[in-house]
Amino acid sequence: MDPYVPLPYRVLATRKDTPDVVTLDLAPVGDSIPEPQPGQFTMLYVFGVGEAPISVSGAPVDGNPLVQTVRAVGAVSNAITRLRPGQEIGVRGPYGTAWPVESATGHDILFVAGGLGLAPLRPAIRHVLSNRDRYGRVSLLYGTRGPEDMLYRDELAEWRRMLDVEIEVTVDHADRTWRGTVGVVTKLIPRADFDPERTTAMVCGPEVMMRFSVLALQVAGLPFERTFLSLERAMKCGLGLCGRCQFGAHFVCQEGAVISYDRIAHIFTVREI
Amino acid sequence: MESLERIILEQTLFAGLDPDIAQLVTGCARNLHFEPGAYLFHEGEDAKEFYLIRHGEVVLEITAPGRRTLVLSTIKDGEVVGASWLIPPYRWNSDARARGHVRALGFNAECLRRKCDEDARVGYEMTKRFMPMMVNRLQAAYLQLLDVYGRPEGS
Amino acid sequence: MTTIRALPPGSAVLRLDGLQQLIAALAVRGYEIVGPVERDGAILYDRIASTADLPAGRTDRQEPGSYRLEPRADGALFAYAVGPHSWKRYLHRPNETLFKSRRVGEELVFDPPAGPPPRTAFLGVRPCELVAIFVQDRVLMEGHYVNTGYKARREATFLVVVNCGSPAATCFCTSMHTGPRATGGFDIALTELLADGRQEFLAEPGTDGGAALLAYLPTRPATEADWQAALAVTAQAVASIGRRMPPGNEIKAALQSNPEHARWDDVARRCLACANCTLVCPTCFCTTVEDRSDLDGQGAARVRRWDSCFTRDFSYVHGGAVRTQTRSRFRQWMTHKLAHWWDQFGTSGCVGCGRCIAWCPAGIDITVEAAAFTEGQNHGIT
Repeated sequence: MDPYVPLPYRVLATRKDTPDVVTLDLAPVGDSIPEPQPGQFTMLYVFGVGEAPISVSGAPVDGNPLVQTVRAVGAVSNAITRLRPGQEIGVRGPYGTAWPVESATGHDILFVAGGLGLAPLRPAIRHVLSNRDRYGRVSLLYGTRGPEDMLYRDELAEWRRMLDVEIEVTVDHADRTWRGTVGVVTKLIPRADFDPERTTAMVCGPEVMMRFSVLALQVAGLPFERTFLSLERAMKCGLGLCGRCQFGAHFVCQEGAVISYDRIAHIFTVREI
Repeated sequence: MESLERIILEQTLFAGLDPDIAQLVTGCARNLHFEPGAYLFHEGEDAKEFYLIRHGEVVLEITAPGRRTLVLSTIKDGEVVGASWLIPPYRWNSDARARGHVRALGFNAECLRRKCDEDARVGYEMTKRFMPMMVNRLQAAYLQLLDVYGRPEGS
Repeated sequence: MTTIRALPPGSAVLRLDGLQQLIAALAVRGYEIVGPVERDGAILYDRIASTADLPAGRTDRQEPGSYRLEPRADGALFAYAVGPHSWKRYLHRPNETLFKSRRVGEELVFDPPAGPPPRTAFLGVRPCELVAIFVQDRVLMEGHYVNTGYKARREATFLVVVNCGSPAATCFCTSMHTGPRATGGFDIALTELLADGRQEFLAEPGTDGGAALLAYLPTRPATEADWQAALAVTAQAVASIGRRMPPGNEIKAALQSNPEHARWDDVARRCLACANCTLVCPTCFCTTVEDRSDLDGQGAARVRRWDSCFTRDFSYVHGGAVRTQTRSRFRQWMTHKLAHWWDQFGTSGCVGCGRCIAWCPAGIDITVEAAAFTEGQNHGIT
């Protein structure tokens, strides 16, 4: 089978998370893709428009659909956010590396999400929460632009009700109607409760947010090799064949998107790399 | 007095401070409690005292005519409210309001500035401890200004 | 690769009519034959039917930013280096349909690409180009995922190498260890013997298929003298190559540790970001994929086509390009080719064919640029 050919999936439901972000529930029409690991992505194909790499936000296990959250920023993602239940799209994958939920067993877990970066982290968060006894302290630090830009609000509220998970949400901009924390997400790092000697951090968000986050994590004493990021680069194939997603010597679609910071620290802040 | 010094030394900001300097700093400090909604200070007022939050949450706000009150930042346990006491003209440039009950240490700015001027060791200790906080806040302000979660240009 | 070897077993000598019969025999076995032809003032690769289609009595003169064909007194068929085409246009096609999709009501149907490709024989593959094919094999069919179209064509390819006796001034295969004599990986390797007015071809079989085909042709067994004559052809080529790429490990280290070297600014002032170098390069493999819709809106095709890291769109992530400056794109191209390629594929991405030098309108010379990084490391601090 040609790895470029997608499988048809049907849209079961759509949810508007924010004015330009939509979450889709998808189910295979016939054959399904292999089960995605937390952090992996798929290529979603819209008929006549094209393909875009989209991270998996929920794995199709235990009767759940394949969940993908998309922000309308380009031609393909715009088309995806306009899909209606019943319509079909092409799905291929899953591709890329996974969040280190296995190797982090026994560790404190620190999730740092910025904006739409919560979407790729959601499967890892759900994995950790549903295997809660295998991990130490668990914290989710989530920053968005404003209160209205927050993803998965119901689920966040549900997670907050769990007593053994620290959920801290902050917004960059707010008026007095917002009762929560104001300030950038990096500010939450020194406040979080974790032991840097035995913590794995998983960071996902816009690149600038991740740059500041790794600095704050470094100050907090976390080693680079236990700091994981999810990179974003141009991608046309997801297969390591089109050459576009190169980040230094790495193909982001093969050695990323999730990668430990020690492997990229020397080029992470090089301009236009 | 001795228990106040102990409380001060328990704060991350003053961790490992030499006892003689701790004593000098304690001489400028007092314990405070703010009711929910109380203002610690208002924009434009003289920065006579700065605050180290022991417990609770303080919001920094800016209000301008015709605009909603904007929350700049929220400050929590172990963090400092206000840096304007360090630099001329020693005036607050935002409002600071307690969100719930707030317990804090108040430091008399004039007292502490005088001790810094008199003893360079005290001045250096204060500079060393406040500088990272200032730089971190500057970086956070950059990040806020960058609006990193906003819609990318050209989309 | 000019290690002195003994006369390869099974070697034979063909005359011109023997070469013609080689072409005919390949055709009879169902191969389409692609070889060098003269067109538009250059040696290109296209379908050939006989030796008459080959560019007799032609040589090429190449310099940075310049390529010219010139006549030769003899009727040599392979007395030139390489032109703007490389074999990748027949293996890693410039345009290739990946699948077609149809809309039937709300349903989507995907039709995989057409059946197996035709068997194709390449006649006149240069040793450097043979290595370039191996490099693309590594990238496109030996990784975790496979470019299935490439693999199908590659497996249906018969390779007739012609060892190089006429390197151009832009060539540097010797320092890349890719030529001028091929040592394996071909079905048949020819050396054109022109000394003393003769025109014969020493043919070495590289595979059983190559040996079987040679056995079918009118040949005479090669003698030690023929072999020495063949070695002399490539020895002369070695002697005439003046360009040199610094050693791979040195360039790799120098490029990977100098992303802010002043030389990037210097070369960016000369580079036009025209993408010529990537299009003529026999190893450059980057692609984009486009959707082409039928006019009735019910069908669409996904088409993969060559792309270049010199275009702005190449690094586009939502909102804008990562590499907005020519400096960053040149840095990406050269660092990838000469440094990252080692990490990714265990080899250099350069085979020393010199095409990027000749076809650069600004005459940028990759060997000179590389040397600027390996020599005088201390001048790079900006």
